[in-house]
Amino acid sequence: MNEGLRKAMENDPKVLIMGEDVGKLGGVFRVTDGLQKDFGEARVIDTPLAESGIVGTAIGLALRGYRPVCEIQFDGFVFPAFNQITTQLAKMRMRSLGTLELPVVIRIPCGGGIGAVEHHSESPEAYFTHTGGLRVVACSNPADAYTMIQQAIECPDPVIFFEPKRRYWDKAPVDRDLSKAVPFDKAVVARPGEDVTVLAYGPMVKTALEAAQADEQHSIEVVDVRSLNPLDEETVLESVRRTGRCVVVHEAPVFNGYGGELAARITEKCFYNLEAPVLRVGGFSTPYPPSRLEDHYLPDLDRVLDAVDRTFAW
Amino acid sequence: MIVDAARGAPLGTDAQSPPPELVQLLTPEGERVEHPEYDVNLTPEEIKGLYRDLVIVRRIDTEAVALTRQGELGIWASLLGQEAAQIGSAHALKQDDMAFPSYREHGVAWCRGVDPLDLLGLFRGVNHAGWDPKAHNFHLYTIVIGSHTLHATGYAMGIQRDGAENAAIVYFGDGATSQGDVNEAFVWSAAQNAPIVFFCQNNQWAISEPLEKQSRIPLYRRAEGFGFPGIRVDGNDVFAVHAVTQKALDNARSGQGPTLIEAFTYRMGAHTTTDDPTRYRLQAELESWKLKDPIERLKAYLVKNQLADREFFDAIDAEAKEVGSDLRRRCLELPDPEPTAIWENVYATEHSLLAEERGQFTSYLASFEDVSR
Ligand SMILES: Cc1ncc(C[n+]2csc(CCOP(=O)(O)OP(=O)(O)O)c2C)c(N)n1
Ligand SMILES: [Mg+2]
Repeated sequence: MNEGLRKAMENDPKVLIMGEDVGKLGGVFRVTDGLQKDFGEARVIDTPLAESGIVGTAIGLALRGYRPVCEIQFDGFVFPAFNQITTQLAKMRMRSLGTLELPVVIRIPCGGGIGAVEHHSESPEAYFTHTGGLRVVACSNPADAYTMIQQAIECPDPVIFFEPKRRYWDKAPVDRDLSKAVPFDKAVVARPGEDVTVLAYGPMVKTALEAAQADEQHSIEVVDVRSLNPLDEETVLESVRRTGRCVVVHEAPVFNGYGGELAARITEKCFYNLEAPVLRVGGFSTPYPPSRLEDHYLPDLDRVLDAVDRTFAW
Repeated sequence: MIVDAARGAPLGTDAQSPPPELVQLLTPEGERVEHPEYDVNLTPEEIKGLYRDLVIVRRIDTEAVALTRQGELGIWASLLGQEAAQIGSAHALKQDDMAFPSYREHGVAWCRGVDPLDLLGLFRGVNHAGWDPKAHNFHLYTIVIGSHTLHATGYAMGIQRDGAENAAIVYFGDGATSQGDVNEAFVWSAAQNAPIVFFCQNNQWAISEPLEKQSRIPLYRRAEGFGFPGIRVDGNDVFAVHAVTQKALDNARSGQGPTLIEAFTYRMGAHTTTDDPTRYRLQAELESWKLKDPIERLKAYLVKNQLADREFFDAIDAEAKEVGSDLRRRCLELPDPEPTAIWENVYATEHSLLAEERGQFTSYLASFEDVSR
């Protein structure tokens, strides 16, 4: 993430970073570490403690030709900015008949699994995928973090960029050649397989891959959806048509979650290829529980495999 | 109309007049100083009570930090340095007044009779709050910065409509003053003349951001623009905090509306146990605030005025130690909640979807037991 942001700032002087504690501290997760030192306080802004202000002023800066990259410190704190994102940021291009462009990126460390107190472990993606005018993406690994953040910053539309916080510590080789990178609005097959497709994004991709690895009976294909809006239907449907079975995994509550959209579209578009209904694995329809219970709340390898087994038992 | 911060009375329109000084009644050396508006109206026993609470909450805090280091708590937000701001203001509350804390108000919690063990649940991750707010007139901790200032305002409007002679007090930080909700709470409480005290602990830092990132003027002066008095008090002086809060609460209870108190203090520890303040602030700043320690100055006062002897201090230390070790012991015994607690208390009545989820999850868990048998 840090390298990707740095590259974007080097390539385009209009790129700004703004958020709480992103400057001197380098962010509470150190994602922006060293950027203020190298690019100055005018480009890396320690903002007042006001999320509505962060997004609202980012809109103004974008109107003036800048490309602000906003950090929301934790998922649960995006809601003070919800109004600016949904009523203003999302709609301005359309309202201006295409004359206005808002290339604003809103980075949100998301998801649970780090033993945090309330409001620090949530998965609010469905609020944003439900809002026309926003692009919504989620990276799942270091290589994608590096490329997708740069692609998101280049994108002329507003992008909600989810970063799975429990994967911040993952390490992997990163290809610095952006020209070879998959476009950020495309899904990728993270692990090829034959018997069943597991669709995941953000933190759950790694969990799905571990499940696929552990399953000795079935050959599981894992598709990293990456872009929730727009959805790369081609990649998703092609996989499900081949395997005939599908399980969707996310941390957010299943009820009215993004998995519902995936299940519905897959059912509509490849009904005759399906051997079983699309099953969903995810969080429950409750507030996120205290951290000592989060292992029960969050889908894990066993719950993914349980769903996989159920698609075969149909 | 511009309102004088200290008096709540109209102020001369002379823009050049210097802002009122920070209210102080006890110097860092423990000397009593006079103030034209405020006095100490506490008995020696009450003063010793303040000292006891200061020492005990520091001990609770120290124990909680240690428990976090040992992995027994996930995180802790330390109140170190802010004891006088919390104990002084909480002692000014009447039982039927209502307090709305943010997440660092362990000292206020103690004064409201909340068992310190119940504070640990949130930080240990066994619940989101361990106490009954109604039983203590001490609301839940609020982590989403500033949200609760509006709750306190609404609560105060309720007090007003009930014709009750009480007030609400809401605690928040310097950083919180930037939030829209906090500013809306100022607007609302002014428009409604609500019986509320806004108690801002300006501990100089919002995680890594110093006050300059939030404000160009002293925070207490913000109140003027909203139309109610604001006052800055030495937040490490328990006498001054007590006197100023008592006056503001009295004003609220007697229909004179809101007050903003800025308790000028310092966050001596890290923001939380996960924070590393050496990345953003200088040791020298910390050293200078050490000299203003709230407990040392009250101790010096008690000694100088022969209000307490060695025996008293030893007894308090022993009591604090006991509170600490008792807290530690009971923390280690805190059980993890049952998994089905996930579905508890979400709605007032049985909810079909939650019942379905709970049922499915229970059989899912049982399927593992079958295998192991
Ligand atoms: C709406 C919201 N945004 C961000 C955060 C993350 N956060 C937690 S504490 C904090 C700083 C608060 O500073 P201040 O109000 O001065 O209170 P202090 O912690 O110093 O007591 C921040 C940014 C949050 N809890 N809520
Ligand atoms: Mg502060």
